[in-house]
Amino acid sequence: MMNRLLPIAVGAIAILAFATLMLVILPGIQIRIEEAPAGLQPYTAQELAGRQQYVNLGCVYCHSQQPRSHEQTLADAAQGWGRPSVAADYVYDRPHQLGTMRTGPDLLNVGARLPSADWHLTHLYQPRAIFDWSNMPAFPFLFEEKAQAEPGDMVVKLPPEFRPDGKTIVARQPALDLVAYLQSLDRSYPVDNEKNAVRDQGFAKRLEDR
Amino acid sequence: MTTMGLLLALSFVASLGALGFLIWAIANRQFSVNQQDAASIFEPGEIGTPDDSTAFQSHKDAKQQGFDAARARIDEAGHKVVVLMVAGAVLALIVGSLFGLISSFKLHLPDFLADSAVMTFGRVRTMHLNLVSYGWLSMAGIAAAMWMVPRMFRTPLRRPNLAFFGACVWMTATTLAVIAIGLGYSEGAEWLEMPWPVGILLGIGGACMAIALVDTARHRQVHHIYVTAWYLIGGLCWFPILFFIAKFPGLHAGVQHATVNWWFAHNVLGLWLTPLGVGTAYYLIPKIVGKPVFSYAVSLLGFWGLALFYSQVGIHHLIGGPVPTWVVTLSIVHSMMMFIPVIAVAINQHGTVLANLWAFKQSVTLRFVSIGALMYTLASFQGSLEALRSINSVTHFTHYTVGHAHLGAYAFTSMVMFGAFYYMLPLLTKREWPWPRLLNLHFWLVVVGFSIYFFAVSIGGWLQGMGLLEVGRPFGDITRMLQPYLQARSIGGILMTFGHLIFAVHIAALLLNKQAVRSVASVQPAAIAETV
Repeated sequence: MMNRLLPIAVGAIAILAFATLMLVILPGIQIRIEEAPAGLQPYTAQELAGRQQYVNLGCVYCHSQQPRSHEQTLADAAQGWGRPSVAADYVYDRPHQLGTMRTGPDLLNVGARLPSADWHLTHLYQPRAIFDWSNMPAFPFLFEEKAQAEPGDMVVKLPPEFRPDGKTIVARQPALDLVAYLQSLDRSYPVDNEKNAVRDQGFAKRLEDR
Repeated sequence: MTTMGLLLALSFVASLGALGFLIWAIANRQFSVNQQDAASIFEPGEIGTPDDSTAFQSHKDAKQQGFDAARARIDEAGHKVVVLMVAGAVLALIVGSLFGLISSFKLHLPDFLADSAVMTFGRVRTMHLNLVSYGWLSMAGIAAAMWMVPRMFRTPLRRPNLAFFGACVWMTATTLAVIAIGLGYSEGAEWLEMPWPVGILLGIGGACMAIALVDTARHRQVHHIYVTAWYLIGGLCWFPILFFIAKFPGLHAGVQHATVNWWFAHNVLGLWLTPLGVGTAYYLIPKIVGKPVFSYAVSLLGFWGLALFYSQVGIHHLIGGPVPTWVVTLSIVHSMMMFIPVIAVAINQHGTVLANLWAFKQSVTLRFVSIGALMYTLASFQGSLEALRSINSVTHFTHYTVGHAHLGAYAFTSMVMFGAFYYMLPLLTKREWPWPRLLNLHFWLVVVGFSIYFFAVSIGGWLQGMGLLEVGRPFGDITRMLQPYLQARSIGGILMTFGHLIFAVHIAALLLNKQAVRSVASVQPAAIAETV
């Protein structure tokens, strides 16, 4: 068998097909039959535009969107990041933005935790205007500098030392969209036991065993 | 609970079935390989002669140089495409390193290059990843494969023009992917950011090169298929399937998208970059020391074990997340099983090096390859342990994982590829390295640089993970604590990038300098000449 090409190829493909069944198809079926919880609304057009900003600026590389359960750690809830999320919480998410990194905090419930648009605009324009320790990038290109704000402009509130020589900073549309998306991130509604079953409960078992 | 039990039972039964088939096959000699097969990459009489032009030139007698001359004729057909892929890979490495360095700087100097969207952290980091994975590592691996396969099978590369076309398409696709990500056309899933039309282009390029390789294998002049080729065949079958399913537009959503994402992202390491690296090491280590691998039969276990277990480990990236418990558990179990194939490969490769430590001391090329192979063992052990729930709770969501990723993709695969280029290019171009001492400088720059990098992110990441588990620890406190570790990481990155620049300059000098021609004897053993 190890002297012929075809058997090696067939064996290799068969093994991957089995892995695909176990890791992609079966969990996919189990997850995709989940319906949206009663408390979850589809994204509005503006929130979707903002989500697109979140995706293309690569926010996911520093921010997760999946708070951990109290069985695994009490710290996530203590940070105010919300209840452990379940598969049904993400039915409207394309692409998913679960994330694998917490250089910054988890954002699944940032809209509930920090509802103020003013706060987010200031923070996006210059994070260090709010937290001197922050290493989040500033996003000045989502804003414009004006000598004077015009009617309808969303002015960014800034401490004087962060304002470039007396100019006014005004949010451009992408910044407003992104803030709308961040405000929409709120999965604080309750979920029933059935929905709660579709999450990794491997840590719950261990708590029972102890 | 019922579904979970049923699915785990199904997985168990299927694994038992596969194991039973393996036992049947071995009993019926379907899988028979013996120690003689390990010698199939050597010409008759060649065993016992170490081979690395910068280290053992004096060992080469007329007979050995005769082998080189015969193989040089085998190299000829693929010469153009291999040189193109080498040049492309090195260019991607340089640009990719610069983007990596910029993103590292941004983590402790967040206002550095903050004025344009193209250079924001989330995009620079992503351009770095795509350049080093689809640019440098994939192209270096394919270049090595297109050079090794004809030599292993003692027949010139078939359809070299198709392969050349494929190489151009692959390079165009990688370039377009990076530009698209820079301009904000990311699809948003890690490792799968390139827009899907660019993905199709990448697929076409890969397919053209795969056709050339398979056609070469079909015309092989040796009976046995050497272990390196198992890994290459595996990689060639696996990567297109993974990429096609994971990139299929409009198919995936929500948490299901996350499971596909991590099934892909872990397999692109385990079933694509790992086979390229392990396969290349399996060819180079015995060739350089001049002796076949330690225990050839064990390499069967290494290959089939990798396929069986590695293909199911991906969901350990979602431990504690919103995915069904059974699939997380399944991936954790398979992560543990990975110890088996990894130890099998370790016995073979490290056993061969340990028995020939004199060669390790003399040949910098062997040092690159065998340290790379050693790092495969360590990275795999580390990966298995990180999949344990207790350890994962600390290391997940931290820079510790970034360190692990670089231990695999850099200390293992990249180091093997550095060695492969140093071994292959003098033979391919029939020229000597202009400044052999630079090999040593490159080696020490990347070893020291990577050590600083790895320990900085591993220690910092572990402390970050402990901080994130501590109730009431302010987030800003963790960020402040991490700063010195992130600065140290940048210092390591600078040293590594210097090493890469030396590597690139040396390769450019070798390719452009037409003077230093190797003294290749005109002797040609008749047995080899016939097959060419």
